[in-house]
Amino acid sequence: MEAVTIKVGLASCGLAAGAEDVYHKLQEHLSAQPGAFKLQRTACIGMCFEEPLVELSGNELGSVILGRVDPDNVLPLVEEYQGGKFPSSNVILAEKHEASRNELLANQMRIVLGNCGVIDPLSIDDYEARGGYQALKKALALTPEEIIAEVKDSGLRGRGGAGFSTGLKWTFAAAAKSNKKYVVCNADEGDPGAFMDRSVLEGDPHKILEGMIIGAFAMGADEGYIYCRAEYPLAIAHLKVAIAAAEERKFLGRNILGTDFNFELHIKEGAGAFVCGEETALMQSIEGKRGMPTIRPPFPAESGLWGKPTNINNVETWANIAWIILNGAKAFRAVGTEKSPGTKVFALAGKIAGSGLIEVPMGIPLRDIIYKVGGGMKTEKPFKAVQMGGPSGGCIPAELLDTVVDYDSITATGAIMGSGGMVVMDSGTCMVDVARYFLNFTQNESCGKCTFCRIGTRRMLEILTRITEGKGVLEDIARLEELAVNIIKGSLCGLGQTAPNPVLTTLRYFKHEYLAHIEETRCPAGVCTALLRFEIDPQKCIGCTACARKCPVQCIFGEVKQPHVIDQDKCVKCGACYKACKFDAISKG
Amino acid sequence: MEQDFSRLDALLPAYEGRQGSLIPLLQAAQNLEGYLSRPVLKHISERMKVPAAEIYGVVTFYSMFRLEPQGKHIVRVCKGTACHVSDADGIKDALIENLKLEGGKVTTEDMQFTLMEVACLGCCSLAPVIMIDDQTFGKLTPEAIPGILDKFRDGGA
Repeated sequence: MEAVTIKVGLASCGLAAGAEDVYHKLQEHLSAQPGAFKLQRTACIGMCFEEPLVELSGNELGSVILGRVDPDNVLPLVEEYQGGKFPSSNVILAEKHEASRNELLANQMRIVLGNCGVIDPLSIDDYEARGGYQALKKALALTPEEIIAEVKDSGLRGRGGAGFSTGLKWTFAAAAKSNKKYVVCNADEGDPGAFMDRSVLEGDPHKILEGMIIGAFAMGADEGYIYCRAEYPLAIAHLKVAIAAAEERKFLGRNILGTDFNFELHIKEGAGAFVCGEETALMQSIEGKRGMPTIRPPFPAESGLWGKPTNINNVETWANIAWIILNGAKAFRAVGTEKSPGTKVFALAGKIAGSGLIEVPMGIPLRDIIYKVGGGMKTEKPFKAVQMGGPSGGCIPAELLDTVVDYDSITATGAIMGSGGMVVMDSGTCMVDVARYFLNFTQNESCGKCTFCRIGTRRMLEILTRITEGKGVLEDIARLEELAVNIIKGSLCGLGQTAPNPVLTTLRYFKHEYLAHIEETRCPAGVCTALLRFEIDPQKCIGCTACARKCPVQCIFGEVKQPHVIDQDKCVKCGACYKACKFDAISKG
Repeated sequence: MEQDFSRLDALLPAYEGRQGSLIPLLQAAQNLEGYLSRPVLKHISERMKVPAAEIYGVVTFYSMFRLEPQGKHIVRVCKGTACHVSDADGIKDALIENLKLEGGKVTTEDMQFTLMEVACLGCCSLAPVIMIDDQTFGKLTPEAIPGILDKFRDGGA
């Protein structure tokens, strides 16, 4: 009988959920019984909400993905499978099992994530076995002009967020005359709530290298950098292994595959500055300086790293290149919409049942992403908004859920496609608090070069904080709008130009929440602590004194076995009583 | 007392004369003692022939560089969007309470722990998340915090 193969998802999310322990347990078993099964490591399988994930394959049951596996339950589940039975629990996906949730994958299409969670990211053999480096071989037989024409015809747009034509960007860099050119991969994924790039870097590093090598050949660059944020240690480790393996096989280095094309690739670790995701700031940082944006023009294609022509693309953009070269621009255009061809990877998170990594064709409605691919809401609380584009983006409300995913439709809502973070919010999320959260972020991350970005965001944050504390006045709304317009006009780079978006979109769709905070000093979602009021329902309170004992300011009074009362003047709204009550007698609102 | 820079000096040749090497050098230098002291920065300035002001500018620009001694373990609280809407503040409060970090202090008296915030650890589906050294802990509740910290206290793992 063919041995069963077990793959354990060992990306950052899996590790955080305890996948390493599962892997060790299986290793132990294997050393006691050699040959019992084949054990492999892989990266992100995608259904992060069910981590740790394990995939079983190799008998007539087909592939079965198990979720929430732990060291105690993994071996019995594997034994059931080996015995020809579907595991009796923990099955998430299975080709031939009716109880599985295969619809999660039905609406997806995998170009970028094709290998993620399938191959061992540390094995160049695995990558090559799945068609890896075939695109490079094909590209080296083409002229640079032919490659760029293919990328241009594919209609691929920059996946970092702005959506500029990749082919056009390459044309500019290729046209620049210089004895030295650079290509750069922007892997400084700084948006809170986004982990697409991390997953690709960890799960399929060779795909990014292959895209960059093809790009370097097409544009005439002989040196490249991958600028990766230091918070992604596993991604950096996998990239290092991949670069060494690619060099050994002559895909990188001097005389690539016997041609006279040379390309040297370095990794640069970021040092913690969100603004370095902006391309001119990123280049300053690679040069070892403070990562402050510079004025464009000159564009990097003319004068970039150390004054040389430089082309910068995002991780996901590079990860599309090999597929396009191998399958052609026409095949790529067959996916997605006319103006936004191809797929988009999203990191689904927040109050959604199926949080994780997904890849969908462009043109899919947001509603389908949330209710089909994402499996709907996590709790009973209804959907309120989906946040796209992180601190540069905005909140799209329920009434716009039929908006389709493409650059132009998303921009029309006031949000942006962004790099792919999608945070779902329910009725328990306060939209003023969300706006304040993002402004706090951009205010911290503003590099300080432009006055409006540096001081304007601070003033906006102060106003928003005031509103969440119940001290807002009606004029504050007009002040926010005025500041927003001026910050957009008066900022040099994307950080400042988009910083007001979270405020503008929440004002546009959730103005009533702002007004409730200001006029009624009430937070409808029950989030803004200063506006909360805790009360004890005398009908439900049995006088157990649990709340009174927890209260840090001793403001709850009452006799034992008699209903208690909160002294509202002394209450500091810490919520300790609310958490302590076992009889649901304390209301928060 | 003359400070011993021998470990730092051993690092320098790999970076000297290479373009764009200042940030990687500072990262490597910080790994030696967990922070960049004033004498270390001055020494780097002299050896690399980069003005101390420029180095200080770089060090203060990036959140990763630290100018104060750090605790043995670094506790990072994720403040990403998904964590924020899943009550990351409650987790942070629990950490502050357990570590007895009053008045905005970030490092414990016994130099065991330093608490910091991080914009996003990229494990959003496990929100709320913290990272201690290089281990990530997800789906946390404030009640889980004391048990996790105990594992790192001296005598623990």
